Amino acid sequence: MRHLMSPLDFSVEELDQLLDLAGDIERHPEKYAHACDGKKLATLFYEPSTRTRLSFEAAMLNLGGSVLGFSSAASSSASKGESVSDTIRMISCYADICAMRHHKEGAPMVASAVSSIPVINAGDGGHQHPTQTLTDLLTIRSLKGRLGNLTIGLCGDLKFGRTVHSLVKALARYENVTFVFISPEELRVPSYIKEDVLDAQNLPYREVERLEDVMADLDILYMTRVQQERFFNEEDYIRLKDFYILDNKKMSLAKDDMIVMHPLPRVNEISVEVDKDPRAAYFRQVQYGVYVRMALILTLLEVKVC
Amino acid sequence: MLNIGVLHEGFVLDHIEAGRSMEIYKYLNLDKFDCCVAIIKNARSNKMGKKDIIKIECPIDQIDLNVLGFIDHNITVNIIKDDAVVEKKMLSLPREVKNIVRCKNPRCITSIEQELDHIFVLTDEAREIYRCKYCEEKYRRKKK
Repeated sequence: MRHLMSPLDFSVEELDQLLDLAGDIERHPEKYAHACDGKKLATLFYEPSTRTRLSFEAAMLNLGGSVLGFSSAASSSASKGESVSDTIRMISCYADICAMRHHKEGAPMVASAVSSIPVINAGDGGHQHPTQTLTDLLTIRSLKGRLGNLTIGLCGDLKFGRTVHSLVKALARYENVTFVFISPEELRVPSYIKEDVLDAQNLPYREVERLEDVMADLDILYMTRVQQERFFNEEDYIRLKDFYILDNKKMSLAKDDMIVMHPLPRVNEISVEVDKDPRAAYFRQVQYGVYVRMALILTLLEVKVC
Repeated sequence: MLNIGVLHEGFVLDHIEAGRSMEIYKYLNLDKFDCCVAIIKNARSNKMGKKDIIKIECPIDQIDLNVLGFIDHNITVNIIKDDAVVEKKMLSLPREVKNIVRCKNPRCITSIEQELDHIFVLTDEAREIYRCKYCEEKYRRKKK
């Protein structure tokens, strides 16, 4: 039995197979409509999340399975003091697979150690969010046709943004990827990403503060939200939240085939006027998220569809 | 050199960085053992200038030396049996350590989950970096 804790749990070859499967699901959804008949997905969301939870639920429903779970810690036994280990032992009796989001980092790993069903990390604090990374990889591969030979700009909160950390680690495994980190001084990408991932493999990267200075170089612009929930100090949040706003003027500096991605929800960092630009890929990214989660559920449940 | 009696069975931990012997005393849980322990601080050393030494008289299977590799793998461990040094053990960095140090990340699951072991895993041997198994927080060694 396999779990998914980090996007690097899959080798590059396994990831290719998963993305191939997701691509086939996109082209032939009807083939998979009953692949999980009679199977149940438990969504254990100790922290609120609209997008990820609904994406998992949609994925399981598209496969013919059903869904149960909770959407906040307050509506679970955690409010009575139940441990993660005890909760997952109980859930293992109710469902065939589970997706867990928890505000504490490493909670899904604790669950996976005692679970008798596959556990998917659906986000653990500021640590990992592997299914977002799978979504990002599928989006890039589908829209750019490759995962190597790319210059990707990551913009906004690069310090606390777990999606950025996971994506950098995942893309670092492909050939000729150049990273451009665009952030204010206070929200720079942590040193462990630079030292342990990029410097360790001699991968090229740049750190800049102005988005305009690098727009023309990018194949992909990955925007992120400055997340209020990651700040201990409200003043810092207010000062930094509107540091970057992507608008049509900035988009005019970009290549014609650049794509703009965002893990969503966005607040002010992408002006609504950009939505009409064909290079805005963030809503297509959401759709790819459903396909990749369908592929992941099938893979972890070892369901084969001919 | 100050002379402390010869051990019949036990360990002599030599080449401890000066001033770290009490830290090692704590990590080895020597306060919980009913055995004879001598701590020598700031002994003269040709190699190190000053060093600490700990002599422990106890059965040689009683102490987990794995911990020492984590604290400082440059320590020399002399194993004594029947009044003689039977082995000079070279320490290496253990792959993981359990419940030796606690994760200090307030966002880590170890801060709330009952009876969860605090486990640190060696992630970079060359740079001697350990990270929490759960949240990947780096363990910061105390530098003297």
